[in-house]
Amino acid sequence: MRADESTEGAPAIELREVVKRYGGAEGLGPVSLAVPAGRTVALIGPSGAGKSTLLRLVLGLVAPDRGEVRLRGAPLRPEDHAARRRLGYVVQGGGLFPHLTAGRNAALVARHLRWPEARVTARLEELAALTRFPAEALARFPHELSGGQAQRVSLMRALFLEPEVLLLDEPLGALDPITRADLQADLRAIFASLGKTVLLVTHDLAEAVFFAHELVLLRDGRVLQRGSLDALVRAPADPFVARFVHAQRALGLPPGAPP
Amino acid sequence: MTGAALAATLVLAASASTPTVGSKQFGESLVLGELAAQLARDAGAPAEHRAALGGTRVVWEALVRGDVDLYPEYTGTIARELLGGAVPAGDPAALRAALAARGVGMTRSLGFEDTYALGMRRARAAELGISRVSDLARAPGLRLGFTNEFMDRGDGWPALRARYRLPQRDVRGLEHEVAYAALAAGEIDVTDLYSTDPEIRRHDLVVLEDDLHAFPPYDAVYLYRLELERRAPAALEAIRRLEGRIDARAMIAMNARAELDGVAPARVASEFLRATLGVASAPEEEGRTSRILRRTREHVALVAVALLAAIALAVPLGVVAARRPGAGRLVLGAVGVVQTVPSLALLVMMIPLLGIGARPAVAALFLYGLLPIVRNTHAGLTGIALELRESAAALGLPPRARLRLVELPLATPAILAGVKTSAVIAVGTATLGALVGAGGYGQPILTGVRLASVPLILEGAIPAALLALVAQGLFDLAERWLVPRGLRRARAAGAIR
Repeated sequence: MRADESTEGAPAIELREVVKRYGGAEGLGPVSLAVPAGRTVALIGPSGAGKSTLLRLVLGLVAPDRGEVRLRGAPLRPEDHAARRRLGYVVQGGGLFPHLTAGRNAALVARHLRWPEARVTARLEELAALTRFPAEALARFPHELSGGQAQRVSLMRALFLEPEVLLLDEPLGALDPITRADLQADLRAIFASLGKTVLLVTHDLAEAVFFAHELVLLRDGRVLQRGSLDALVRAPADPFVARFVHAQRALGLPPGAPP
Repeated sequence: MTGAALAATLVLAASASTPTVGSKQFGESLVLGELAAQLARDAGAPAEHRAALGGTRVVWEALVRGDVDLYPEYTGTIARELLGGAVPAGDPAALRAALAARGVGMTRSLGFEDTYALGMRRARAAELGISRVSDLARAPGLRLGFTNEFMDRGDGWPALRARYRLPQRDVRGLEHEVAYAALAAGEIDVTDLYSTDPEIRRHDLVVLEDDLHAFPPYDAVYLYRLELERRAPAALEAIRRLEGRIDARAMIAMNARAELDGVAPARVASEFLRATLGVASAPEEEGRTSRILRRTREHVALVAVALLAAIALAVPLGVVAARRPGAGRLVLGAVGVVQTVPSLALLVMMIPLLGIGARPAVAALFLYGLLPIVRNTHAGLTGIALELRESAAALGLPPRARLRLVELPLATPAILAGVKTSAVIAVGTATLGALVGAGGYGQPILTGVRLASVPLILEGAIPAALLALVAQGLFDLAERWLVPRGLRRARAAGAIR
């Protein structure tokens, strides 16, 4: 990392005029977005708004057609494996490898990096406690886990190398309501205790409000508005923002959420 | 490639201090091959008989290349087919001179002629008043069925049709043994036959007189590499004792023993040698068990070597194909094209490059083995859910580590299924290896077909079928070892595809 490309004050994640097109009209951008270190930002918006594409651009899983992605001020290069290890990624359903046990899934990269076995074991125990995952279930295969457990393993895997940033793509999307409520509370506690930068994708406004300091509303590949729920409600940037917020509020926000 | 093949041939020829006898794929050639091999052994040279190597072209090429040192041939075939008609078949001195230019020598006649002839059922011939070939011109509606070699050979059907101006249009190619059966069943009216075929008497056939002498004389002789005169003079001398000693009656009798009575050619030859030359040669008769074991070793070796080589190339090719769609289409197309080449054609195409024996067979099996493994590796890798591939990449694993830790384990069931398909195909296709002298289970099948011996065919077919089942079973076991436990359990639980 060169000094002129990275400063302590640089945003953890920054997109500068990023454009990504898939075939026809749909796609992303141009989008500019900066996520300051230590903040939790939620990307919300309807399906097809480009939320997941944005996360995958940050991970370098897809390359931008124009513009650039910076991590801590340093431009992200293609296939930058070391940079990816500074990001933890959790997808809907967990994305666990079916041929590996929960423990092996979580420690896959650490073992690839030849961590000593004692250190791997210690880290596994630590993370199981943090994510409230039963230690005896570490020997189980993904298909033997419940949906909530799989998601906790996915979180352990994402956190294993102590990344600076967590990227979560609909982490609670595939869960039943009770499991969802449990995990939601646990996740917020974890985010708070670790103080990491979190970029969360959800289509659910209530969930976004529950986790995030700030909301970013996307539609058709562009940022419509950024701010707190309060700002989105009181001063919607355009009629769609108002419609999106009201439609979701009509479904009812969880108790304790800001009005 | 040609240079390497040539060098390999030279090494092979030089290292073979013992004469190798070849023969073509019919009973008489097998018996004549055995006679030569046993006489050479009697003279102290441990000769090998590579029986039923192929048709005229294959065995002649093998002789010229040095894969075999000696084989039985007929003067008419030599003149018309091998020397291109430039030398009259009835002039042995001219034939010898022309052959010597190719490094090949020729014995004197063994004492009989086995000429091409046309045959009909006696009743049918009488009904149409046909006794000579020229009579056929009067019956344009006759159905003719000829062996494939006769259809194509310079001294076969084309020469006959031109000489007699024959009008028949319903002419089809058949196997020799099938032609006799078709003739007996009345499916065809006329077939080509060899004058020493025992079936002539058995089926009560009329041999039509070649009244315009379209066929040259077909005196039986041995062709041999001239260097044999230096390398194994005693063996060659011993084989020459057969010159003038086999008359047509004796040959027909031997053919009948071998082809109609199902006696092993080795035994038929041994009996003749004892009775005629007073040579007490032991026919190299191994017991059935040791014979089957030897062929099993040969067969398994062909399949195993070819399969291992195919896996070593096909899995990486499948990986490349999955990684790069452009290259993938090219690779899949190329191995697909190989698959469309008929196995027999592929084997014969290998002979100029690799000679005869195990090498061309392994090469052909290897090429056939590629497609199922490449295709399944490709399908297994591209079939992995996008979410899993992206998770592996997002973890910061480099491509090789992703392949080794995630993608290949997930594709194992598909890859193994491809290898299993290849193995079972190879076990079956390897039986064709006998056509190019590779041995294996194809040997008794081939000889059995030539001799119309069902027990002999089964001696190859049953072990081949069993081996295919064993291969299948082994791969089912291998699946338990190689497919990751979690994947196996998840599949069993129906959790994933």
